[in-house]
Amino acid sequence: MARDLVRLITCGSVDDGKSTLIGRLLHDAGAVPDDQLDAIRTASGEPDFSRLFDGLDAEREQGITIDVAYRHFETAGRRFMLADTPGHPQYTRNMVTAASTADVAVVLVDARKGLLPQTRRHSYLVGLMGVRRVLLAVNKMDLIGWSQAVFDEIAADYRALAGDLGLTEVAAIPVSGLGGDNVATRSTAMPWYDGPTLLQWLESIDLAEADPGPFRMPVQWVNRPDADFRGYAGRIAAGTVRPGDPVRVLPSGRTTAIDRIVTMDGDLAEGGPGQSITLTLADHLDVSRGDVLAAADDPPGVADQFEIDLVWMADAPLLPGRAYVVRLGAATVTGQVTDIRHRVNVETLEPLAARTLELNDIGVCHLHLDAPLTFEPYAANRDLGGLILIDRQTNETVGAGLIRFALRRSANVQWQALDVGRAERASLKHQRPLVLWFTGLSGAGKSTIANLVDKRLFADGRHTFLLDGDNVRHGLNNDLGFTDADRVENIRRVTEVARLMADAGLIVLVSAISPFAAERRMARERMAAGEFVEIFVDAPLDVVEARDVKGLYRKARAGQLTNFTGIDSPYERPEKPDIHIDAAALTPEQACERIIEAIRDRL
Amino acid sequence: MPPTSPDDRYLDELEAESIQIIRETAAQCARPVMLFSAGKDSAVMLHLARKAFFPAPPPFPLLHVDTMWKFREMYAFRDRIAAEAGMELLVWRNPEAEAQGINPFDHGATVHTDLWKTQGLKQALDHHGFDAAFGGARRDEEKSRAKERIFSFRTRTHVWDPKAQRPELWSQYNARVHKGESVRVFPLSNWTEMDVWRYVQREGIDVVSLYFAAERPVVERDGALIMVDDDRMALRPGETVRRRRVRFRTLGCYPLSGAIDSDAADLAAVVAEMAASRASERQGRTIDRDPTASMEIKKREGYF
Repeated sequence: MARDLVRLITCGSVDDGKSTLIGRLLHDAGAVPDDQLDAIRTASGEPDFSRLFDGLDAEREQGITIDVAYRHFETAGRRFMLADTPGHPQYTRNMVTAASTADVAVVLVDARKGLLPQTRRHSYLVGLMGVRRVLLAVNKMDLIGWSQAVFDEIAADYRALAGDLGLTEVAAIPVSGLGGDNVATRSTAMPWYDGPTLLQWLESIDLAEADPGPFRMPVQWVNRPDADFRGYAGRIAAGTVRPGDPVRVLPSGRTTAIDRIVTMDGDLAEGGPGQSITLTLADHLDVSRGDVLAAADDPPGVADQFEIDLVWMADAPLLPGRAYVVRLGAATVTGQVTDIRHRVNVETLEPLAARTLELNDIGVCHLHLDAPLTFEPYAANRDLGGLILIDRQTNETVGAGLIRFALRRSANVQWQALDVGRAERASLKHQRPLVLWFTGLSGAGKSTIANLVDKRLFADGRHTFLLDGDNVRHGLNNDLGFTDADRVENIRRVTEVARLMADAGLIVLVSAISPFAAERRMARERMAAGEFVEIFVDAPLDVVEARDVKGLYRKARAGQLTNFTGIDSPYERPEKPDIHIDAAALTPEQACERIIEAIRDRL
Repeated sequence: MPPTSPDDRYLDELEAESIQIIRETAAQCARPVMLFSAGKDSAVMLHLARKAFFPAPPPFPLLHVDTMWKFREMYAFRDRIAAEAGMELLVWRNPEAEAQGINPFDHGATVHTDLWKTQGLKQALDHHGFDAAFGGARRDEEKSRAKERIFSFRTRTHVWDPKAQRPELWSQYNARVHKGESVRVFPLSNWTEMDVWRYVQREGIDVVSLYFAAERPVVERDGALIMVDDDRMALRPGETVRRRRVRFRTLGCYPLSGAIDSDAADLAAVVAEMAASRASERQGRTIDRDPTASMEIKKREGYF
């Protein structure tokens, strides 16, 4: 019998007896070595399976739980990979991680308690992540006198719940992890139960996909050892492929045919889902990492705006408007969450209004990418529908997105090509566009210095415009406050306005606290190369606070102003500003001279 | 084509996943390196790397962090395998450990392992500026490994901070690091010892003969069977060298690798012995018995 691989996730808490049940399962499957078994024997000599998975020292010391532990066991017919997650309510992130690769979920309940809010949450999460096959293990049957009536009631309740959540294949088994009843061996205490044991169920469940679907393979690596060989390496995400098959390269849309399927064991006549292969093509096309090779007559979609389910996984909250790195398949682009439609209450599944997502929150969001990507809806294909968001400053993986569908908005709003370009507009003014971006604490002197620079340039006959952060908030941004999310949006709008003005050929001066490095970087990237000049007006907090020109620091200290930069809202200092102004040492006039001197060659 | 075995399907999936991991590292990282210890896991990992990039050789060098105390056969094997793969082999020996003559007999397993392996590895990675290092560790080896990521993030000082580890969903691996930071990549994370042996058998992968039973000169020391591999090993009073039919389940420095009594002289016999075994793999490793040097502590200090 050919052994196949089954990935399963277990959901439940310590209170449900999860550790004991898993320990028993692994032991009965022969996956616990004698020396490990001896280490967990109690005084009476019996093994205490709950201790098999004691946490790490680091977890105890730091009061944390590392998200997922992976364990392995096998039977005559199957090899199992078990992802074990802590069942604590906070651990949405962990369960989502473990469920992302799972074929099967085992949801645990305590027979004495029946379904709990966490049962609903666990089931919702495994369903969201695309696990359709669920086993309800009703544990601790020994503590309710092995009652069939109680088991039947819990099983019926669960079938109703599962139906609501779109879980299509559901079974229920009465077990006792403590005694091993119906885990790997049939219980003698429950003669009324004639279904499979837990292990039998895991061995027998049908995992075959009815239809492998049309061919898709993200290109991971372009293999060019010499001028004669050009291969595209990747893992097949769906479908099968044979030499001669017509394929389309996405997103470019060009077509060619498969030449060879190359492996170290010799060329293959056919490749199937999950295989890591190298393809050569009949024609010489420009194919790069991140492109997708797909069946020519049935290609996946290409889009740059999506509605997604977004699971937030970082301590720092999601900031709509902020640019994150987005990874989908083997492609990497940047993108922004433009809109949070709603947040999901994972206990009740009710939609809630939200302006941000915190750690372990799940929301339905709109994602806008800077370049189009090849995709499938998550429900159709995990590899081409599941994406991650990475913070550009910390490099942490901060979110997991599941594509629901592409938004067609941008497809219907075509970019209008204009006959008069930015170069023509600038040359008419005899200048080159420039964006002088003044950042620094409130009261550091940004506006004063920017105003002096503006006057100097104007006097020299330059066409300029000064965008002042405070002034913009009276009009364009009068709907925004000072939360992190609003600050990000504030800067995004100021950036777009500055960009339009630079396109019009102007020298734009922006004076805004702009406290976050990520948004300053985004502003730089939105401008043409070399047109963005970051000027850090650097004044120590104690100096600006002592000066307190507008009386704002006093108010902030008194608690009358919240989210005030430097007091209860962070300012991220520029690491490498183009121009660094020491505002405590220079007068505004001297600072102006320094800036004019520094930009003279770029005007 | 390799011979078909009853276990093909799941081994195919493990193989495909590992190849994907290795390719992803090469694509995302500027300067990866593959740790090569000359053991069975290294041999399998290297075989997978060759498959990943065929017909090209893997686009990274091999690195052996030497301790001066490996089995003689392992050194010969290391040089031959690297040459066959057409890959550059880098060897690093901690110059401080070399100057001080650190060895397991005089300085103990903990000091020996820390200086030669943990510190040596960090020196080698810093010296060459590698931003990713492949290791052959598996999650089934030890409890702290069960919670390890496939891409394990390390700080500038090579420390494993459990709070700084990144969630791994689907097959999306995030290897982005700042300058000086690095990732350790474990392509065999989801393999078991049994999987490794079945794969070695199926693919016909070359491994050192120390894994197979033969008459070898051993002494019994601190409850372990230590093979006398060269004349640097001094006998303690009362110890005698006996020839016993033994083999090794794991290999490291010869004074720290315990042999087991065995008649399993070929791959089929090894796989059969494994299937019947009730003891864990690292039981023979004397360095794991020191409670102050648990795998978790070593890992946090920068050990593989």
